[in-house]
Amino acid sequence: MSTGGEWLRGEGPHHQIVISSRVRLARNLRSRAFPGWAKKAERTAILDLIKPRVEELPEMQDSFSELLQDLSAIEKQVLVERHLISREHAAKSVGSAIVMNRRQTLSIMINEEDHLRMQSIRSGLQLKQAFKLVDKIDSALESKLEFAYDQRLGYLTACPTNVGTGMRASAMLHLPGLVLSELINQVIQAVSKIGLAVRGLYGEGTEAMGNLFQISNQTTLGEKEDEIINRLSKVIETIIEKEHDARQVLIQKKSNTLWDQIGRAYGVLTFAHAMSSKEALNLLSIIKLGVDLGSFPEDRRLPIDELFIDTQPAHLQKGSQQKLNAEERDHLRAEIIRERLKLFPKPDISKMARESSDQAASEPSNNE
Amino acid sequence: MLCDVCKCNDATVFLTQILEGKMQKVNLCDACSKEKGVQDPTGFALADLLLGIGAAEEIEKGSPTQKCPVCGFTQVDFKKTGRLGCSVCYVTFAEGLNTLLKAMHKGTEHVGKLPHRAHRVVALGDRMRSLTENLQKAVAEENYESAASLRDQIKQLEHEIAS
Repeated sequence: MSTGGEWLRGEGPHHQIVISSRVRLARNLRSRAFPGWAKKAERTAILDLIKPRVEELPEMQDSFSELLQDLSAIEKQVLVERHLISREHAAKSVGSAIVMNRRQTLSIMINEEDHLRMQSIRSGLQLKQAFKLVDKIDSALESKLEFAYDQRLGYLTACPTNVGTGMRASAMLHLPGLVLSELINQVIQAVSKIGLAVRGLYGEGTEAMGNLFQISNQTTLGEKEDEIINRLSKVIETIIEKEHDARQVLIQKKSNTLWDQIGRAYGVLTFAHAMSSKEALNLLSIIKLGVDLGSFPEDRRLPIDELFIDTQPAHLQKGSQQKLNAEERDHLRAEIIRERLKLFPKPDISKMARESSDQAASEPSNNE
Repeated sequence: MLCDVCKCNDATVFLTQILEGKMQKVNLCDACSKEKGVQDPTGFALADLLLGIGAAEEIEKGSPTQKCPVCGFTQVDFKKTGRLGCSVCYVTFAEGLNTLLKAMHKGTEHVGKLPHRAHRVVALGDRMRSLTENLQKAVAEENYESAASLRDQIKQLEHEIAS
């Protein structure tokens, strides 16, 4: 738990643009009240029924398994910032639990909105692989627990929006090119017209920060799991192409704006003494774009990716061993960033222009 | 046209989503569209909105005093939370839910993964159907020997399904 998950290393296909792929399945026990409706005693009884079955999975050997009431507010928030539990789950206490593997690629929430929310996370665009793991976990658990299933409606969930497959597949995309060239709203509108949802960094109802967008399937009934995943993957591949195109156009037609943005982001991050997490994310996003375009050396990618997570409020406080107020956090955040960027070279524009031309060509395009 | 949410102001924002040729429409006034986050396209999805507005109304099609026999959940509770009480609620409130699910999803029937248990139920159900058909045929043909054997098989199968 002291370090981030494997998916943060960023080695999956299209990892420059697709930060992570996640697939979650929602399952419930037959004829038992859903967590939001169950009384405390029933919730606890359901938890006692499910948790041992989850812990004995071969994939969960040496797992991190905690009851929500045993975690501090900061620990819960750290898990939210790593996308291992939902914000909704973090608000739970008695009768809920989280079980996840050491690599932080598989997390199972017990008594979130549904009795079971199983999630697999992979780096880059790997929705199929993520589904494969979570599907296997589901099949293993299904032999030991009786899930609520209806011949016609499929898997039954607390919220009717999840009924059927109970599956939500999503990818986190970094799209600074489309944002800078003001094409992002067009993309969002097009995507939502074809039954997919676009959301901000932490899912439902959250703001888009750091040019990060989550795209996911909106419907779960009437379509097979692999059809949903294929459709979503194709749309994401198109968005990746659009992002590359937008970057090329920026380099060719608005290079001054682009260098200015990168230079300013570098300057502020290197010298600022107070920084909100929103500002940090937005500036780090521009530096990440700079790495993609070759204006910073490739080996600087990991430190930047790590800062995306390490500058989040709970991660900051976890490191400092104490609860900080907003002002103290902003100072500490700026200090950590300055420290990590100490050995960071200045942006190299000449290199950027040259490397950018073969940028799109060097990205793998057929990995999913 | 009045706003679908507050039902007092004139609607000024008209949303349409087309899913597989099916059209979903929501009309909102300025204030409600802001409140629902419609003007921030990044945080907006029509299904969420439909759930907020449509859900409670759709489910009202059943009797208002209806209670889920397993968990005691009522329509009032659904109106409040947008979530159901237990898996049996899907049967209890089926009438209202069906319209809601139709508007919300791509199809009305699950075509994805089947749990092993369901595989078995489907297979046993198919066998039961064919045995019953054969039995009816045998009786019609006055082939009582075969009918007796089929009846035994059906009894055994019923026993299997019950276990």
